[in-house]
Amino acid sequence: MALHNPGSSLPSAMAMVGEQWVLVEMVQALYEAPAYHLILEGILILWIIRLLFSKTYKLQERSDLTAKEKEELIEEWQPEPLVPPVSKDHPALNYNIVSGPPGHKIVVNGKECINFASFNFLGLLDNSRVKEAALASLKKYGVGTCGPRGFYGTFDVHLELEERLAKFMETEEAIIYSYGFATIASAIPAYSKRGDIIFVDRAACFAIQKGLQASRSDIKVFEHNDIAHLEYLLKEQEIEDQKNPRKARVTRRFIVVEGLYMNTGSICPLPELVKLKYKYKARIFLEESLSFGVLGEHGRGVTEHFGINIDDIDLISANMENSLASIGGFCCGRSFVIDHQRLSGQGYCFSASLPPLLAAAAIEALNIMEENPDIFQVLRKKCKQIHKALQGTYGLRVVGESFSPAFHLQLEESTGSRENDIKLLQRIVDQCMNRNIALTQAHYLEKEEKSLPPPSIRIVVTVEQTDKELDKAASTIKEAAQSILN
Amino acid sequence: MRPGPGGCCCRRPALPNGCVANGELRNGYVRSSPAVAAASAAASSQIHHVTQNGGLYKRPFNEAFEETPMLVAVLTYVGYGVLTLFGYLRDFLRHWRIEKCHHATEREEQKDFVSLYQDFENFYTRNLYMRIRDNWNRPICSVPGAKVDIMERHSHDYNWSFKYTGNIIKDVINMGSYNYLGFAKNTGTCKEAAARVLEEYGAGVCSSRQEIGNLDKHEELEKLVARFLGVEAAMAYGMGFATNSMNIPAIVGKGCLILSDELNHASLVLGARLSGATIRIFKHNNMQSLEKLLKDAIVYGQPRTRRPWKKILILVEGIYSMEGSIVRLPEVIALKKKYKSYLYLDEAHSIGALGPTGRGVVEYFGLNPEDVDVMMGTFTKSFGAAGGYIGGRKELIDYLRTHSHSAVYATSLSPPVVEQIITSMKCVMGEDGTNLGKECVQQLAENTRYFRRRLKEMGFIIYGNEDSPVVPLMLYMPAKIGAFGREMLKRNIGVVVVGFPATPIIESRARFCLSAAHTKEILDTALKEINEVGDLLQLKYSRHRLVPLLDRPFDETTYEETED
Repeated sequence: MALHNPGSSLPSAMAMVGEQWVLVEMVQALYEAPAYHLILEGILILWIIRLLFSKTYKLQERSDLTAKEKEELIEEWQPEPLVPPVSKDHPALNYNIVSGPPGHKIVVNGKECINFASFNFLGLLDNSRVKEAALASLKKYGVGTCGPRGFYGTFDVHLELEERLAKFMETEEAIIYSYGFATIASAIPAYSKRGDIIFVDRAACFAIQKGLQASRSDIKVFEHNDIAHLEYLLKEQEIEDQKNPRKARVTRRFIVVEGLYMNTGSICPLPELVKLKYKYKARIFLEESLSFGVLGEHGRGVTEHFGINIDDIDLISANMENSLASIGGFCCGRSFVIDHQRLSGQGYCFSASLPPLLAAAAIEALNIMEENPDIFQVLRKKCKQIHKALQGTYGLRVVGESFSPAFHLQLEESTGSRENDIKLLQRIVDQCMNRNIALTQAHYLEKEEKSLPPPSIRIVVTVEQTDKELDKAASTIKEAAQSILN
Repeated sequence: MRPGPGGCCCRRPALPNGCVANGELRNGYVRSSPAVAAASAAASSQIHHVTQNGGLYKRPFNEAFEETPMLVAVLTYVGYGVLTLFGYLRDFLRHWRIEKCHHATEREEQKDFVSLYQDFENFYTRNLYMRIRDNWNRPICSVPGAKVDIMERHSHDYNWSFKYTGNIIKDVINMGSYNYLGFAKNTGTCKEAAARVLEEYGAGVCSSRQEIGNLDKHEELEKLVARFLGVEAAMAYGMGFATNSMNIPAIVGKGCLILSDELNHASLVLGARLSGATIRIFKHNNMQSLEKLLKDAIVYGQPRTRRPWKKILILVEGIYSMEGSIVRLPEVIALKKKYKSYLYLDEAHSIGALGPTGRGVVEYFGLNPEDVDVMMGTFTKSFGAAGGYIGGRKELIDYLRTHSHSAVYATSLSPPVVEQIITSMKCVMGEDGTNLGKECVQQLAENTRYFRRRLKEMGFIIYGNEDSPVVPLMLYMPAKIGAFGREMLKRNIGVVVVGFPATPIIESRARFCLSAAHTKEILDTALKEINEVGDLLQLKYSRHRLVPLLDRPFDETTYEETED
């Protein structure tokens, strides 16, 4: 019909005439073709259609498991045991048993020793004033708090302790956690989220490592106390940021360091870190579990030690389980930073609050620290004394600052296997224990640590150790090393 | 009024997924109880699963989650809409300094740093949470027992800061603390024992278990806990939250699968995440959802590599602290056995609070503790102390002693706290030579039934299991969160109110925690006031109000349900 449209222009009409001719030819060819040819083609077309459909059908059949096959698979599956077996002589399986208080004198496995292993730096664990304060609190509040801080688990003692800690550290606000480990491990992920960048020292302790993991941020590790390496990484990031300024505007940067490193006993170069902070606009989180109540004229930690304005550090965290000889931990800093944890610190929001008697013990410990600032001088003197006395111990190297109350003795030459090193050091520890000096090796989870420190004996100095005891400890260790490593 | 079938208050069409539900199939899953009373199982014999699973239960399992009325849901969304609009308006005003800013600000020196907080997070805190912030963190200054003293505080800047007036609100009825068995006390044997140990040992320990912080007291506690739970061995830790977050990574890792209930506590979620294992979520207490995940996991193996999973760990809680529901443990154990997976049971709220002798949810269902691979719980709640434990086979505990993050890196439990746990646990076990502990457990069970029944009679929507001492009362609308908390405090009753993000956005609620220390008079006073506030705030949403049978003594089989 369209072909006879009178309105069409001439050239198109001509083309259509051509097309019409082809069509006519085709129809004619159809008439002329032999019947067998037509039948064959028809069958071919049908075959193609069948192939098309049957193919998809077959694929489906192959991928679907029948219920019976599934059952067989379920029957077949054998899971690993819940936990792998632990050999009976695993070095960490059989704990030392301490009978009675773990104070200056400690009874380990039935033997009375002088304690060179507990982090009771200021000797406040068996202090009678601390005990009395805790007892008074126990009489008033009982033991547990039966709730998180949000739900009637905030006691007046908690508020007082937070205020006192903030005042002691000369910051705006402090927040307490009921578990030392959970403090920094909750604080880091409260601020740093997926996509943010954290620069962290290689020797950072396990609690920091867990905090980093929970944050799901990008982690950049710099060599232990290596400022040049940190700056290199920061610079690298700066170049990266220039390529993508939109992303850089929302990417927070943090530097996470320890004041005194638990794993190495060395101090962090804080003044240089603060310079880098302002240069590259990265916030500093400082873990001070070992340095709080130890360093500085008033025991305020590494900031006071270096004379750095505490406001230059964005967040300071420490536990109350070492110097304060209680339980729990705290973070302090400016309200702008700290207050955020009251809704976002997981270990704060979702955990029962600290038993009031432990908070009261910490308050009394702070009182004692404020009343006797000399105590920190005494501690440092004792550290230096034993540090010096242990120099030149046969086969052992002293690792850590001379003013650090916790430092390490490592083997000068490894036997080549970690297991044997640990056994060797354990023999030294055992011999010292027999001679009434309680020591311990530093324990690590070997497979979990990001960079496993070498095996070591960790020596802890407290103000209660007399000069004589310090000398005795040093000579006992030296003798033991001499007899075992020789 | 018609008699309910078999004494169970479910009178709704049976659903094909094995539950006789009382009405609500929401988002494709059922949050209701299977009628497992023998009579109803027989009546609905055409439903395959009921008879099958019903056989697993030795007692009625009545759990209800009444559907949110449509009008309430709509009004709740409208409420949030209005709040959000006003939030934007006020942010606008603050931006142009028309409204005064109260929040702390960044230091001048660090203004050019990348902002520390995301904007939305702050929007919610600033404009919604801040309005009703006075309902949380109320400081107390007494034992958190049946009655508690609260420090009065005022805010002169719309809750941005609080000032303490120095007055103390005395003897507020405490419906908020997890003091299930009433061991939060400052008198009696527990306190005296704790005081003795405090004087002898001091408060802290200053070392970890593996180094030199393993006291004889800790060993004593662990032996006792193992005996209490009926397991081979146990280990105790300093913090309940950390017990989960630091031990799950020791048990599972890469190549393992964790199946976790969608409403599991933050500590379980964190532990699962830190472990590096793959995590899949099943619908709350929904066994069909769990079974499907188990089956698919074994049949299809790990994604991409198609290797079989190394092991599968199911994470559940005994009592869910926001829903008041009890885990369907008999079914979970049946599934776990069928699919050769392992079960991690968090009894934070159920230990001490459930079961005829307080042994928790395992005893409640009359099951064997050996069928649960990892028995976890806390000492914070029923025992009035702090910390957590894990119990199980000796191989598991030996492994944890060598590989638990807590054992190696964290300071061990404080000795006076340990002593509190030992004394209170012995009391529950009856080893102190008295019947006190047993009476407490019974008292709590009675209080729970009574309180829940009375609230249902008043016409509130109450979530959860009839035996759960955690009692959520639905408030829904955001304005009612603050109003309920304040009105109750005005009437000298301390309650916990929760909203988003702890609950789904429309399901804001108040939560009561019952205690053995609550007397009948205390509960009646509380109920009277709740009733009044309920009328005042129009909280009686329920369309399945229980009819009070005043002249007959309480017996759960005589209850009937009405619709109005």
